[in-house]
Amino acid sequence: MMRHAGAGNTTVVHRGSSVALRSFGSLVNVNLKLFAREPAAAFFTVAFPVMLVVIFGMIYGNEPDEMFDGYGSMDVSMPAYTALILGTVGLLGVAITTSSYREAGILRRFQATPMRPLLYIAADVTANLIMVLAGMATVLVVGWGLYGVRFEGQAWSVALAIILSGTAMFAVGYLIAGLAPTARTAQIIAMVTLYPMIFLSGATIPLEVMPESIHTISDFLPLTYVVRLLRGLWFGEPWGSLMFETSVLVGVLVICTAIAARLFRWE
Amino acid sequence: MVSTIQVRNLRRTYGDVRAVDGISFEVAEGEIFGLVGPNGAGKTTTIECLEGLRRPSSGSVRVLGMDPSAERRAITERIGIQLQESALPARLRVEEALTLFGSLYRHHLKIDSLLELLSLTEKRTTAFAKLSGGQKQRLFIALALVNEPEMVFLDELTTGLDPQARRSMWDLVRQIRDRGRTVVLTTHYMEEAERLCDRVMIVDRGRIVAMDTPGVLITSLGADTRIVFGAPGQDVSSLSRLAAVTRVERSDSHVIVYGHGDRFASSVIHALEDAEIVFTNFRTEEPDLEDVFLSLTGKEMRE
Repeated sequence: MMRHAGAGNTTVVHRGSSVALRSFGSLVNVNLKLFAREPAAAFFTVAFPVMLVVIFGMIYGNEPDEMFDGYGSMDVSMPAYTALILGTVGLLGVAITTSSYREAGILRRFQATPMRPLLYIAADVTANLIMVLAGMATVLVVGWGLYGVRFEGQAWSVALAIILSGTAMFAVGYLIAGLAPTARTAQIIAMVTLYPMIFLSGATIPLEVMPESIHTISDFLPLTYVVRLLRGLWFGEPWGSLMFETSVLVGVLVICTAIAARLFRWE
Repeated sequence: MVSTIQVRNLRRTYGDVRAVDGISFEVAEGEIFGLVGPNGAGKTTTIECLEGLRRPSSGSVRVLGMDPSAERRAITERIGIQLQESALPARLRVEEALTLFGSLYRHHLKIDSLLELLSLTEKRTTAFAKLSGGQKQRLFIALALVNEPEMVFLDELTTGLDPQARRSMWDLVRQIRDRGRTVVLTTHYMEEAERLCDRVMIVDRGRIVAMDTPGVLITSLGADTRIVFGAPGQDVSSLSRLAAVTRVERSDSHVIVYGHGDRFASSVIHALEDAEIVFTNFRTEEPDLEDVFLSLTGKEMRE
C-alpha cells in the first residue's frame, strides 16, 4: 500500500480477501442490470410465463380435479412454470450469452484481468438464479391473485430445489456453449434441446393430459425431473420420497459441470 | 536503464505454423517499445506471451521478474492490457465498465480521474454499443489503466481509427509513458512506430528483422532522400550530372530525384533555376521505417 502513497486521493486500495467478494458483487450487479436492459431476456423470464398463467388459467380454470389428485390445473402449473423459467434461463440464456460473449471477445477482455474463471461463472449463475426467482415470484403473485393457487410446501425446501435445478440447467447451458463453435450454433442447439423439452417434460402442459408414449420420452428429459421435484416439494412431499428426482439432477449437474469445465474457453 | 522484460528465444507454434520463431529482446523501464511488422508477422502472439494470455512453445519470458504464464494472476495485477480484438456487453455503460473492471483488482484508480484522462466524462452513461470507434478504443485504454499498472500493453491501438483519432491516441500513449509507465505496443503502421516509439523491433514471419531506435534504423540504411516535383514536358536529365544526385526517375506527372548529403536539396533547386525549368509541388521525402522494412525484407509493408 505504501507503493501507491504518492498517487494521493485518485486511487482506491483494497485488501486481499475482499477482492474476490467485491468482484463477485459487482459482476452480479452488472449482470442483473444488463438483464433488465435486455427485452428478450425479460420477456422469456417474466412476461412469457405470466402470459401462460393467464391464458391457461382462462382455458382450464383452477377447479380441483381428480386427474391432479384434487389440485387445480393452475395449482400444478405453478411449479411447472418455475421449471419452464429455469429451463429457459439455463439453457437458452446461459448458452446464448456465454457463446456470444465469447464470440464478441467479451470473455477475452475478462480473461485479461486477475479474475478467476470460477468467479465469473459463480457470478453468472447467481445473477441467473436471482432472475429466475424474480420471474417465479411474479408468476406466483399473478397465479395467486387470479386463481388463488395453493402452496403447501416449505419455502426453504423449494428454494433449495430451485438452486439445485437451476445449477443443473445452467451446467447444461455452459455445456452447450462449450460444445458449439459459434454463437449461432449454440443458439440452435439450445433451442432444439429446450423447445421439445418444455412441452414434453410437463413444464408447460401437465403430463397427466399426455398419452403414455410421451411419458416414455419424458423420462429421458432432465427438465422432467425438475418439474417432478418442484411439484412434489411444492405440495409438501418430503425430500425422502423424491430421492430419485434429486439424484438425477445432481447427476446432470455433476456430469455436465465436469464436461463443461473441460470445454470452457475464453476465446 | 533497468530492463523489465527479458525474452529469450521465444517460440510459439500452432500446428505446423511457426507464429513466433526464436525471438529474443529486452525492454527497458519507462520506454515505449514497438513491435512492428505486417499482419501475421507474430506481433500479437509475442505480446500475448508477455501478457500471460498465451503459453510459449519454448523459450523464456520474464516480465517484472515473473513468468507470465505461470504467474498470470500476479502479473495481471501489475500490467494493463489492451487487446487487439475484444468487446464489452452492448448495453454496459462506460462508468459501469470502469467500476466493474476496477473491482477486479486489488488496487484501482477512481473512475472520475480515468474518465477525465481519456475525455470520456461526457460519455459516462453511454452504452458500449453506442460509442464510436475512437471512444471504444479510449475506453479500452481506460480499462488497461484502471489498476494503475506499471506496464501497459497495447495491441494495434489505432487500427481502424481516423488520422485525427490516431494522433490523439499517440498523445495519450506519450502521457502514459510520461507518468513513468513502460509501454509495449504493436502496430503495422510504420509512421506510428517512427513517431511514437523510443525503440522498435521489426518482425516478419516470426523472426526479428531489425531492432533499434527508429532514427538509427533509418540512418543505418543509408537510403537516399527523395525530392519530388512536377515539371510537365520539360527536360530534367541535366540533374543526374549533379554530385549529390544518385538517380532521376520521371513519370507523366512528376519527377523523383534520389540523392543524399547536406547540399542535395539546394543543388537541385539551383540546377533547376539555372536551366530555367518551371517546377511545382517541390517537396523532399526523408527515408522512413517503411523503406527500412522494404530494404530488409524485399517487400512492401502495406498489403
